Amino acid sequence: MSKKLLSEKFYSELKKIRPRYPINQAALLPALHLAQAEHGWLSDEVMDEVAAAIDIPPPVVREVVTFYTMYNLKPVGKYHVQVCTNISCALLGAEELMGHCEKRLGIEGGETTRDNKFTITEVECLGSCGTAPCVQINDDYHENMTPERMDKLFTELS
Amino acid sequence: MAEMIVSKFFYKKEAAPLEYYKKNGNGYAALKKALAMKPDEVIAEVKKSNLRGRGGAGFPTGMKWSFIPKESKVPKYLVCNADESEPGTFKDRAIMTYSPHTMIEGMIIGCYAIGANKSYIYIRGEYVREAEYLEKALEEAYAAGMLGKNIMGSGFDCDMYVHRGAGAYICGEETGLLNSLEGKRGEPRVKPPFPAIKGAFGGPTIVNNVETLANIPWILNNGGEAFAKMGKYPNSGGTRLYCVSGHVNKPGIYEFECGKVTLRELIYDHCGGIRNGRKLKAVIPGGSSAPVLAAHELDIDLDVEPMMKAGTMLGSCGIIVIDDSWCAVKAIKRITHFYAHESCGQCTPCREGTRWLEDVLHRIEDGHGKEADLGLMLDVANNINGKTLCALGDAAAGPVLSFVQKFKHEFEEHIKGGKCPNA
Repeated sequence: MSKKLLSEKFYSELKKIRPRYPINQAALLPALHLAQAEHGWLSDEVMDEVAAAIDIPPPVVREVVTFYTMYNLKPVGKYHVQVCTNISCALLGAEELMGHCEKRLGIEGGETTRDNKFTITEVECLGSCGTAPCVQINDDYHENMTPERMDKLFTELS
Repeated sequence: MAEMIVSKFFYKKEAAPLEYYKKNGNGYAALKKALAMKPDEVIAEVKKSNLRGRGGAGFPTGMKWSFIPKESKVPKYLVCNADESEPGTFKDRAIMTYSPHTMIEGMIIGCYAIGANKSYIYIRGEYVREAEYLEKALEEAYAAGMLGKNIMGSGFDCDMYVHRGAGAYICGEETGLLNSLEGKRGEPRVKPPFPAIKGAFGGPTIVNNVETLANIPWILNNGGEAFAKMGKYPNSGGTRLYCVSGHVNKPGIYEFECGKVTLRELIYDHCGGIRNGRKLKAVIPGGSSAPVLAAHELDIDLDVEPMMKAGTMLGSCGIIVIDDSWCAVKAIKRITHFYAHESCGQCTPCREGTRWLEDVLHRIEDGHGKEADLGLMLDVANNINGKTLCALGDAAAGPVLSFVQKFKHEFEEHIKGGKCPNA
């Protein structure tokens, strides 16, 4: 492989994680989280480098990446807005909230705004049903959401 | 309400650190006690307590622990299931946020009891902050000598790690979880062998839910008998965390002794009844996988057996309340969409059947349903039920069967009227 896409930090973190497990492949999910934290998504080249870093075949990495919803197979915006529309959130207006986000940003679920600032995705239960509807933006949960609170957030992040 | 075991520190921001747990929660006294006992005695105490798994299946924890072979050529493991993916369930997140040491102490005791020196917390990927809280708590536990080599001078070694999932409902199923821990697709395994014989990395493994493990310190501190005495029914000890969501005035987590509260009391006396003065239509009592109950079926004690007798399940205690402003067809359509999305695809009946169910529900909701559709759905659901490797298939089929049975008139209105009567 020519120039490395993943940082020194990735490799040093991986070195700490690997001994936690008796087999190489067990470090794959954490390695992919680290790689995605650096690049925002997992390109073919990044996946190949992860495969090499933990010494497993590249097809195994793809097979795993495609199983999980949190690994992004295409670039996402600076803010990944994930609206839960599962039953408890839906009962309290999550579908309307999702529609509101789409309208406000002028994009549909799964799309990214032209300025690469926002991606919106409809997601399944986030485990925040008592404070529904819940929206996850990057690593943080925003609970008891309403269209008004969503607008306020969009304004703050824009 | 009697003593609260698991939710004692909920919503206290200052409660998470080790110092607080030691001062206010008898912190790690139970571990000290356990390490002075023989591992078998610890298991016997947990058996005595009648603690049942809090993840959904309700299997007796002590018995599960006793399935681990005493001698093993390969390492044994204890894995905490913190995947909390059953829609309607949000209790484990609160435990990890406000009371992480209760669960960690329970895990170390479990490791000692079954003879495991390595342990993992498998936490769902979306819980980024909760994973950070756990990392911090583990750091504190290592620094205080509760983890690592020669814990409290006992000669017992134990390491513990946080392992984050990456978004997949099926990883809450214990063998799917183990595959995911091993860095694979989270597809459930063929059983037997059960994890207690061949689990993580081929070693004998116990997988316990967060809340289950968070009960262990109390049991060691107060004795299994005291725990068993709590609760209405003899075979179910301690308390449960009931998660209430949907159309109630006061959603949230409520801790009560097992079976001492009925569904009606929980909804009307504790959660303030139905919002906006509306009428109750339906309750899904055990996470979205549980068959639905109609509004007149609320006088049931909230414990495993009474719920089973009523034709549903207590599951993970995710109680989803639906009022009469919502259409039953729309509700089950949304739930079925979830199972179709989350089916791992291994077993044909589940992979194909969940999509068929979603399609048919879609057209009924849209007013294009045919009279034969109700029979078709029952046929598809019955061809999924019990015919798959894991419980996801049953979880998809059961709710559909129950919604069609209990709200048949609503389905028929859609089909006859050519539209949703609520629209």
